[in-house]
Amino acid sequence: MSVEIKREFLREAEPHAYIDDLRLLPAMEKERLLHIGIDVTGKGRAGTFMQLDHSVVHCRSVQEGIEILNIREAVEKYDWICEYTGRLLPLAGARDGRPLTGYFIRVLPGVKARYPVQASLYIAREGLAQEVYNLVLVEEGASVDLITGCATGALVHRGMHAGITEAYVKKGAKLSFTMIHNWGKEVIVRPQSATLVESGGVFLANFVCLSGVKSLKMDPFTRLAGESAVARYNTILIAPPGTTMDTGSRVYLSAPETKAEVIARAITTGGEIISRGHIVGEVPGIRGHLECRGLMLSERGRIYAVPELEALVSKVELSHEAAVGKVAEEEIEYLMARGFDEEEATAAIVRGFLNVRIEGLPAVLQTEIDKAIAASQLGI
Amino acid sequence: MLLLEGLTVAVAGRLVLRDINMEIKPGETHVLFGPNGSGKTTLLGTIMGFPRYKVTAGRILFRGRDITGLPVNERAAMGIGMAFQRPPTLHGVMLEDIVRFASRNRIAPETLAGSLNMNDFLGREVNRGFSGGELKRSELLQLLAQNPELILLDEPESGVDLENIALIGHAINYLLEKEVAPWDSRSLREMRRGRTKSGLIITHSGYILNYVEADVGHVIYEGMLSCSGNPRELFGCIKRIGYGECVRCALQGARGISSNVCRD
Repeated sequence: MSVEIKREFLREAEPHAYIDDLRLLPAMEKERLLHIGIDVTGKGRAGTFMQLDHSVVHCRSVQEGIEILNIREAVEKYDWICEYTGRLLPLAGARDGRPLTGYFIRVLPGVKARYPVQASLYIAREGLAQEVYNLVLVEEGASVDLITGCATGALVHRGMHAGITEAYVKKGAKLSFTMIHNWGKEVIVRPQSATLVESGGVFLANFVCLSGVKSLKMDPFTRLAGESAVARYNTILIAPPGTTMDTGSRVYLSAPETKAEVIARAITTGGEIISRGHIVGEVPGIRGHLECRGLMLSERGRIYAVPELEALVSKVELSHEAAVGKVAEEEIEYLMARGFDEEEATAAIVRGFLNVRIEGLPAVLQTEIDKAIAASQLGI
Repeated sequence: MLLLEGLTVAVAGRLVLRDINMEIKPGETHVLFGPNGSGKTTLLGTIMGFPRYKVTAGRILFRGRDITGLPVNERAAMGIGMAFQRPPTLHGVMLEDIVRFASRNRIAPETLAGSLNMNDFLGREVNRGFSGGELKRSELLQLLAQNPELILLDEPESGVDLENIALIGHAINYLLEKEVAPWDSRSLREMRRGRTKSGLIITHSGYILNYVEADVGHVIYEGMLSCSGNPRELFGCIKRIGYGECVRCALQGARGISSNVCRD
């Protein structure tokens, strides 16, 4: 994070009091939370974490074996935590060395979360720089679906969000991590995340950003360190005019029989999208596939697809496909011959384009993604 | 039902069809023969109204109304339906959704799909990874849902295996009111008496004629309608001596001699 960017924003915000019942939030904020997959009733969720500016205002787990804490408390409670913090990403320099707030989510060995855990990082103060540190530990044989919703409040236009997230998926564990963003027009977003997956572990990362953020830049990576570990990244982006999104997903296949898939769908209605993907095959017997599709719905805007494959040994199977263009005339005509008018036909094709059926994704998360797409400003 | 008057069509600046005159009366089924590149698909596409086919002269009348300038979807709404020879793949769009939209919820997609042995395909993306025969069945399934007045079929039998050709034949006959569909409450007699559904079918192999009764056949040769007549006779003639005979007809046509049926 450049110091210049930080300097433009407020460092401090007044603390917010703990909110026992999130249903008491104003209606327009609840509505906004809903669009990023956060249900204030907590129904159908195994736990909820909510951070407003720099304050943790809600933190609750309803299933035994799932621990949800403010990361600051977790650091005090567990002295072994330093084995994890800062191992994948450098923490020095964040918030000038002052302790960061954020979530700590740990699923104990063998525990399967019955419902998703939801976490929200929310900016309520106009012009604030929100910096967070999150740590996710999915212990051996455990599994959890995590929805992280990040947004600015209904009346906030300007701000900055910088998050550092480290996740550890232990032996035979499974983590599906769905992140939905919804920002104000003048917000700068710089999340960093890294994941380590041990043998037999599965990591599914889904990222959805459909709103007019000013600038989003992220480059998450995963290291598949144990045999037969699997990682899948799905990214869905819509960039309206005035928006720049630069996202990339990197996977290092560092153990035999590991598999990675990186899929991106990018739509511009006038903004700029740089869609990167990078798969590195470090040992023999690995497989990786990259897929990037882009749709230009406007004469303005830009989509720049950068698929990268890197092999360090000979016995690897790496492939990619990338396609960028406008909605095919032929497909519109086909639907018009079935009675769709031109607008309906275009909408159906665009919806289809975004209809990434994410393998292994729990229905509830798919529903959240579908809802986010439906609520996007595409008007389709 | 359909009247083509002096229809002349250009594609990308090149004249593909010249002075086509044809009338399909309500309840009639016509077939269109012709070698590759003679303009058969262009004729169907022009009737459906795809913008890449430019009508440079003549007009198209459908149920008495000039539709030459109408967009594709308005023609579809008026009752023209087409099965594509090579339909595009629609990523992420489910076949069931199109069937439901096209049928306007009149008949359950499963009922229609059942008649074409397509139930397993409803939840799949339209045409994605479909075999040649599956594409044809998918096209007919969408048409059954649409239930158009004028049915345009572009080589409905090509690529279809023997097991499914009968299904295709039945589906076409349901569309053309020649057989009673399982979801139709009319009797065969009622249906035949009141039959108005018409069809124009492109066939290369002529195989579909074993399953669907056609009333009139036409041969297109180098963009001109060179022969019209009994479809079986025409097809027999083409099988024996090829389209070469049509050259003669075309030449006669050019000299102002009226089109005739190929005879032995």
